Amino acid sequence: MRKLSLFLLCGLMVSTAHAAPDSRTTEAQLVKSLQAIQNNRLDIALNEVDDLLRVNPNFKLAQLVKGDLLMAHAVAIDNFGNAANAPRKKIEDLRDEARVRLQRVQTQLPSKLPPRYLWKLDAQQKYALVVDTSRSTLYVYENVNGEPRYVADYYITIGKLGTEKVSEGDKRTPIGVYFVKANLPKNKLADMYGSGAYPLSYPNEWDRKNGRTGQGIWLHGTPSDTYSRPPRASDGCVVLANDDLDKLAPYLQVGITPVIITNQVDWANEQDQIERDALLQEIEQWRKDWSSLDTNTYLKHYAHNFSSDNMDFAAWAKQKHLINSAKSWIKVDLSNVSVFTYPEQPNMVVVNFEQDYSSSNLSNRMKKRQYWIKQNNHWQIIYEGAA
Amino acid sequence: MNMLNLFRHHAAMLVGALLLSASLTVCADDIQDANKLFKQGQQAQALDKVNSYLVEKPKDAQARFLKGLILTEQGKTNDAIKVFSALTEDYPELPEPYNNLAVLYASLGQYDKAKLALEMAIRTHPSYATAHENLGDIYAKMASQAYDRALQLDRSNTTTKTKLAMIQDLFAGGIRDKTTPARNTAAADSVAANKPQTAPVATVPAASAPAASAPPATVVATPVAVAAATTNAPEKIVEPAAVDNSGEVLKAVDAWAAAWSSKNVKKYLAFYADDFRTPDGESRAAWEITRQERISKPKSIHVGISDATVKFSDNSHATVKFRQSYRASHLKTSGHKTLLMVLAGGKWLIQEEHAK
Repeated sequence: MRKLSLFLLCGLMVSTAHAAPDSRTTEAQLVKSLQAIQNNRLDIALNEVDDLLRVNPNFKLAQLVKGDLLMAHAVAIDNFGNAANAPRKKIEDLRDEARVRLQRVQTQLPSKLPPRYLWKLDAQQKYALVVDTSRSTLYVYENVNGEPRYVADYYITIGKLGTEKVSEGDKRTPIGVYFVKANLPKNKLADMYGSGAYPLSYPNEWDRKNGRTGQGIWLHGTPSDTYSRPPRASDGCVVLANDDLDKLAPYLQVGITPVIITNQVDWANEQDQIERDALLQEIEQWRKDWSSLDTNTYLKHYAHNFSSDNMDFAAWAKQKHLINSAKSWIKVDLSNVSVFTYPEQPNMVVVNFEQDYSSSNLSNRMKKRQYWIKQNNHWQIIYEGAA
Repeated sequence: MNMLNLFRHHAAMLVGALLLSASLTVCADDIQDANKLFKQGQQAQALDKVNSYLVEKPKDAQARFLKGLILTEQGKTNDAIKVFSALTEDYPELPEPYNNLAVLYASLGQYDKAKLALEMAIRTHPSYATAHENLGDIYAKMASQAYDRALQLDRSNTTTKTKLAMIQDLFAGGIRDKTTPARNTAAADSVAANKPQTAPVATVPAASAPAASAPPATVVATPVAVAAATTNAPEKIVEPAAVDNSGEVLKAVDAWAAAWSSKNVKKYLAFYADDFRTPDGESRAAWEITRQERISKPKSIHVGISDATVKFSDNSHATVKFRQSYRASHLKTSGHKTLLMVLAGGKWLIQEEHAK
């Protein structure tokens, strides 16, 4: 075990001194208290923890630290969470939370560049969320002229058994690209969901293609008697402190805001822009080939293991030949294009757009989603359907 | 509440050089009568006597102190608080009223106030053993409240019993000492002198997979005084208490020394197990008489304990070794002592006592 860097500690104190009381301050105070314990300044440690408990009396981890600090005056104590007859699991949960929160405070944002997942945001998407489950952190990015800019990050709880949800009831949090699907107000929820809930679009098209089951993966708050939950405690939902959820709420747009859940965030680099531009060109080529009514060239944009909601490649090809043969002209326009690279799938992206389709005998406008996959250095569509 | 462990010992009330020199000359008998009545449990009569005495001497500290004790016995907690509270204002240099005020606040569950009062008592007399012991109990009580909130435990049955000692004799010699002893209760150092003491070890385990750039998320605090018997038994802790037993044992030893120092024979003897092996094989009764004489005789006694170590032979048997300094009115010694202690009825008691 190594000593904490004093430099970090100083930086911490400076940065929190002027901030309004929020979860950052709360967390910083907790860490300050833990660091004071390390430096054998129990008086400072107790002051900090008392201060933050005045504001957040339901912060269980802080109560545990306070218990230790007080108990140290009465008896020699030799472990974190010295409570007699304490349930082992609960102590370990709180210990995990202490570790995670320390790590959160001690590590700066790892990169000045945004997470690589946010290749392209459309103008409607005011904000995007990226969840790093390994850091128990949800990052908020604002869309500034198409470029993501860091806004805030919050401590979160994920599934009891970790990530990579596969089946219903496996108490795991899914990894993937999702969207906020609905907004359930507090008055329609049980207390355990706290100040609100935002169902996510799990299982998405890729999940279904891979046979993943289950549902009801939400972003939600904490019960009224609980400030925060341990890092791994939910049945798969992503849980925030109620204060944090309230701050997050104005950023969320139903049906629009992307929520990308990762095991560990990959940060963007210069290569991403080049790759993104290459993909956007490929999408433009697909649009042109479709508009040209050259069905065979158009179909070359589709992978052999392509599927739509109820068609495989062969059925798709047959149908496209049939439709196109009845038309003298087609015009396809795309707008509001957004692109997200897929976590844990380095060669796959999710593309969303609004498609304005007109032809000699039919016209419509719809929201579409495609999954593009790069095989042999060549982008192809592996899924396409209405979004 | 049953937490008041009232002293009922025989130490004579001593006239403190601090203040009362004049007040006892006139009606010293009255106040002694009142005290006698109080000790006989005749509270109403004792109160009458004290009140009439106070008409003559409204400022008399000793009488007011006794009145506070009587009111406490009568369960008139708030009235008793007023009496002791006023005493602390008029005689801020006396630690005993603070101590008793603390005991009363604690009985009402007002631990913050109790803590404050005890800290005042210790500020006036840094080596005041009873206040230290009580403060330790208050801290334990507050800690268990915090733990309950942290873990949402229902402790309605298992509440840590506090054993707060109400000081009965305002100026009994020996209870407090002018010099700081080698070792007091665990809290002694911390509060009196503003320096750190036994640190809780917030051993947040190192992050399982720290990111390359991230320093390990670890808080380390200095290990705690007694290392013996603190092996972290993983998985099946049948008796969760096993982890911090050494603290409990040392606490018992400290309390034993405190009882001895305060010349509280009854309390002192209560630290010896029923099957205590008397040093010369004499009967328990004969030994107790000897002890009583020895302890009552000196005007003051101070027993200090330092360099204590605890070894467990099993969960309920421990050997404690330490350096004991003994200072009485006319005698000053120090030497090594070994206590064999047994856990009986939830208390650590002395089975054998060996001096080297």
